[in-house]
Order: sequence, then structure tokens, then C-alpha cells
Amino acid sequence: MSFELHREKFPCRISEVEIGAGVAGNGQRFLQVGGASTLPFLSFDGPSGHLPVIGMEVWDVVPELWPAPLENIFGPVAGDPVEWARHCAQEWGAEFICLRLRGADPELNDASPEACATLARDVLDATGVPLVVLGCGNDAKDNVVLQKVSETCAGRRCLIGPVTSDNYRTIAAAAMVNGHLVIAQSPVDVNMQKQICVLLNDLGVPQTQIVMDPTTGGLGYGLEYTYSVMERVRLAALQGESSLALPMIVFCGFEAWRAKEAKTGPTDGVVQGVAWEALTAGTLLQAGADMVVMLHPEATRVVREHVKALAGGEMTL
Amino acid sequence: MILIGERINGLFRDVAEAIQAKNPEPIQRLAVTQTEAGATYLDINTGPAVADPATVMPWLVKTVEEVVDTPLCIDAAKLPAIEAGLKAVTKSRPIINSTIAEREQLEKYLTMARDYGAYLIALTMNRRGVSRDAADRLAMAMEIVVTADELGFSVSDLFIDPLVLPVNVGQEHAVEVLETIRQIKTLADPPPRTVVGLSNVSQGCPHRLLLNRTFVSMAMGSGLDAAIADVFDTQLVETVAAGRVLLNKEIYSDAFLQSVKKRSPK
Repeated sequence: MSFELHREKFPCRISEVEIGAGVAGNGQRFLQVGGASTLPFLSFDGPSGHLPVIGMEVWDVVPELWPAPLENIFGPVAGDPVEWARHCAQEWGAEFICLRLRGADPELNDASPEACATLARDVLDATGVPLVVLGCGNDAKDNVVLQKVSETCAGRRCLIGPVTSDNYRTIAAAAMVNGHLVIAQSPVDVNMQKQICVLLNDLGVPQTQIVMDPTTGGLGYGLEYTYSVMERVRLAALQGESSLALPMIVFCGFEAWRAKEAKTGPTDGVVQGVAWEALTAGTLLQAGADMVVMLHPEATRVVREHVKALAGGEMTL
Repeated sequence: MILIGERINGLFRDVAEAIQAKNPEPIQRLAVTQTEAGATYLDINTGPAVADPATVMPWLVKTVEEVVDTPLCIDAAKLPAIEAGLKAVTKSRPIINSTIAEREQLEKYLTMARDYGAYLIALTMNRRGVSRDAADRLAMAMEIVVTADELGFSVSDLFIDPLVLPVNVGQEHAVEVLETIRQIKTLADPPPRTVVGLSNVSQGCPHRLLLNRTFVSMAMGSGLDAAIADVFDTQLVETVAAGRVLLNKEIYSDAFLQSVKKRSPK
């Protein structure tokens, strides 16, 4: 008796977005993400779009109270974000850099918008890979900082944000005018995720310029909530919920290393934090993550190999 | 819920005049404004007055497709006009509107729909006329489903119209229609879809919009999939949007009304 594989067909497709743009002479690469018509890695069901891309996070300030495994690796470059980013892109294979502008926080260094924007442009120029720029989390300050970043890096198709339903107009408008993309963030909530996406559509931001951040919970700290929300969002999108038919970004490194379990464990052999980070990422890849932001180079490498294996290639551990 | 805009119909004087004068402008304006108002399909009917509907229909299709990407519902009383319309469609998969549940006619329309890759609206009426109650309507719906299945036409591409009558003429029909909509879903798996000509319910009545809005939410609650309706009634479109959220067909967001409005024509 012949066996016929049941194929799950969905009527809709996740929008395809392009991050990064070349400028004459510097040979900058760009990335395409999204485009799936099926659930992640189920390529036998139909076109599964672009493979997820793995980037690394860089901070504009030296993080306080770093766990030893991170300090050991980044210690020599942590004071120099451009050098740190260059290492990520050139030594550790980051496909994109995620620059977190913590230092802009008025409670921290209160770095000026101009300084932040110059740093973003320097990172772009030094690495040659696409750039994600995150604000400091203070709405008022982020509005001026990210606007300046947008202007200074005009035309380079950076992914800028996050924007939320309470604060999106200034950043989204600046991003649109200067040819960037925005991160639409919701607090692990499918209804609020839809809300911010509808508001951005209403403002005129095209589907090809939005990436969703459903907010990452690290392993043991809400990972299952993030997973459920992402899965719900992706299924709804494939079934016709067009405002949610967008790629998703997750911040695995940042969230995983906040867990006390990541900072403890045996000091020899496999670093527990690396496993914690890689497991967080591996899980969210199954939920539909299109862009994964990592911290530790070894976790980054493991996740990259994992993606390769899921896509049908050989995995090297 | 699929909202099929009813306005491009030769029964309306502005459309009849535009057809007469071969003036595309009023028709294109209706195509754009209905789409912006929330129509997911546009019904296209030459009206009874034109001499040769099979020539006018392709012109209407072309005129509308020039300005919108919204899929069309090709509406005519005779098969040649429908076929001419289907031939002219270049964009999305159209709906054929409609056939009665008389074996010979059903076969012709189902074959045509299958060959052109179109959806088909089939009415639960035959040469003897409209059914009296839900049981009658369901018997005809069953005939439609069985014939479709025999001819290899996908049952989920069928839209069965249980025929809504004006409430001032046949008050007892509304409740029978609601029951029919519920029961049609049990006829096959996957089930056929259902459609109503919504404005019919209030034909010749005062407070038409109120009757339409009330009936659409009742019918949605019974499982209605589509309505040919007056999408210029903003509150009707908003009622449908709220209904979709309450029936868990669409993910809730505080901006749930924004997400149905401002559809762009292209």
C-alpha cells in the first residue's frame, strides 16, 4: 500500500524583510529574513522561507557584574564597542550585530544622541554586517536617540527599536523616512502584539519594514510563555492574520544570562550559561524565531550548527 | 467573514447610466470606495436592462480590475454573461453568482466553476421556487453538495445561499435561514460555506440598516461565512469586525476596528 505524506497547507505567507544595505565601496552585506509559508523547518510541507539568522549583541558600556564566562571572553574588548562588534562579525561569525545603547539611559551615562548615532555608524562601517540598534528603555530618551541614529545611518536599512503601543510614532516615523526597519515589541501578549502591528500599519509602515519582538523569556524564566505566544502568532499569521505575518526577533543571550542558573554550575567543562543560552535559542527557533540575538561566542556557534542541522546539513559539535 | 460589496449592480441608477454611457469613472469610484470601506469581494452585475450582458460583463470586469486588486463576484442571471466575465478576469479567483439547485443547471455551473477555478454560489431554490422552511432548504443544499462531489468540485469552494426574504413579506423565513446556516455545516467534511444577500432581509422596510446589522450578527453566530452587503454602512462593517473577534475568528487587539478599515485598493 502506498503511503502519502499529509502536508499541512497554509493560505498565507510571512512577509520577507531585508536588513542591511550596501553602500558604495564598503561591501556591506545584507540579510533576508521571513518568507515562510509553513511552520519552522517543516520544509516538506512547503516553502519554509529563509533560514533563521544568528547575530550577536554588543553593549555601548561595560556591563556591570558580568558572569565570569562572559567577562573572560569580552573583557579585552568590552570597553571598545566597535572592536567588540568587529570581533563578533569577523572572529565569531555573527551574521548581524545588535547594538544595545544602554549608556544612553539618563540614570546611567546619559550618553548624547549624537554620540550614540556616531557609535552606531562606526559599528556599521567597522563590521560590514547589518545592524540592529536597541534603545536604553527610557521612552523619552529613546525617542531622541533612535531618531538621531536613524538620520545618521540613513539608507543603511538598520532594524531599530523597540517600539511599543505606548511609544511608537517618533521612532517609526524616523525609521520610515530614513529607510530603516522597526522592532514592534509586545510584553509576551498576542493581543498587544497585534495592537502594535496594526498601529504601525495605520501609520503607514510597510509590512516589509517591521520585525516583531514578542519579548523573550529565558529558559526557566518564562520561556514557555514566549514559546506559546510565538507559536500562536505564527499559526494565526499563516492562517490569514495579515497584521501578524511578520518575522520575529528574540534576545536569547541577554535573557538567558540573567538567570542565576546561567551564572552558576561547574567551572570546568561545558559552561552552564552557554548551554542555557543555546537551549533558549534552540527552543525559540522551533517557535518561529527568524532572528536570534546571542551573547556568548560558543553558544552562537552551537546554535548556528543547530540551524544547519535542522535545515538538513551536518552538525559539528 | 467575507463581505461582498453589492453596489456595482445595474439595478442602481448610477451604475445603469455608467454602463449605458460606457463611462468607467462611476464604476471605478465604487470599486475603490467599497474596497476602502471593507469589502473583501466586489459583486458585479450588469442589471436587467442591458441588451447584451455577455458584452457588458467583460467591460465591467476590466474596468474594475484596472483600479483594484479586490477579487470579483460575477453576478448574472444567464450563463453566457457569467462565462464572458470569467474569461475577462485576470487577477484573483472569482466567485460565480449564482445557480439554482436544479440538477441540469447545477451540472453546467459546477463544470464551469471547476474549469475556470472559480468559487460557486448555489441557491437553495429550484424551478418550483423558494423553500418554505429549513428542512426544504437543507434538502436542496444536500443535492448541491452531492452533485458537486460527483463532478469533482471541492465542496469547500461552494457557497450555499439559503435565500433571505424581506422580513415584512416572509417574517417566518429569517429564523429558518438561521437554522439552515447552522445545519449546512453538518452536510459534509470539510463543509460547504454559506452566503446570504443581506440587504434582502430589510427590502421595503423602514430602519433597514438596523435590520441588516442585527441579522448579520445573528447569522454570524449561526456560522455564516459571507454576505453580499452594503459596505458603505460603516456600522455594519464594524458589527462584522466585532463579531469576528467575539467568535474568536480574529485575534483581539484594542485596534480591532482599525484592522478592518482603510483597506488599500491595490
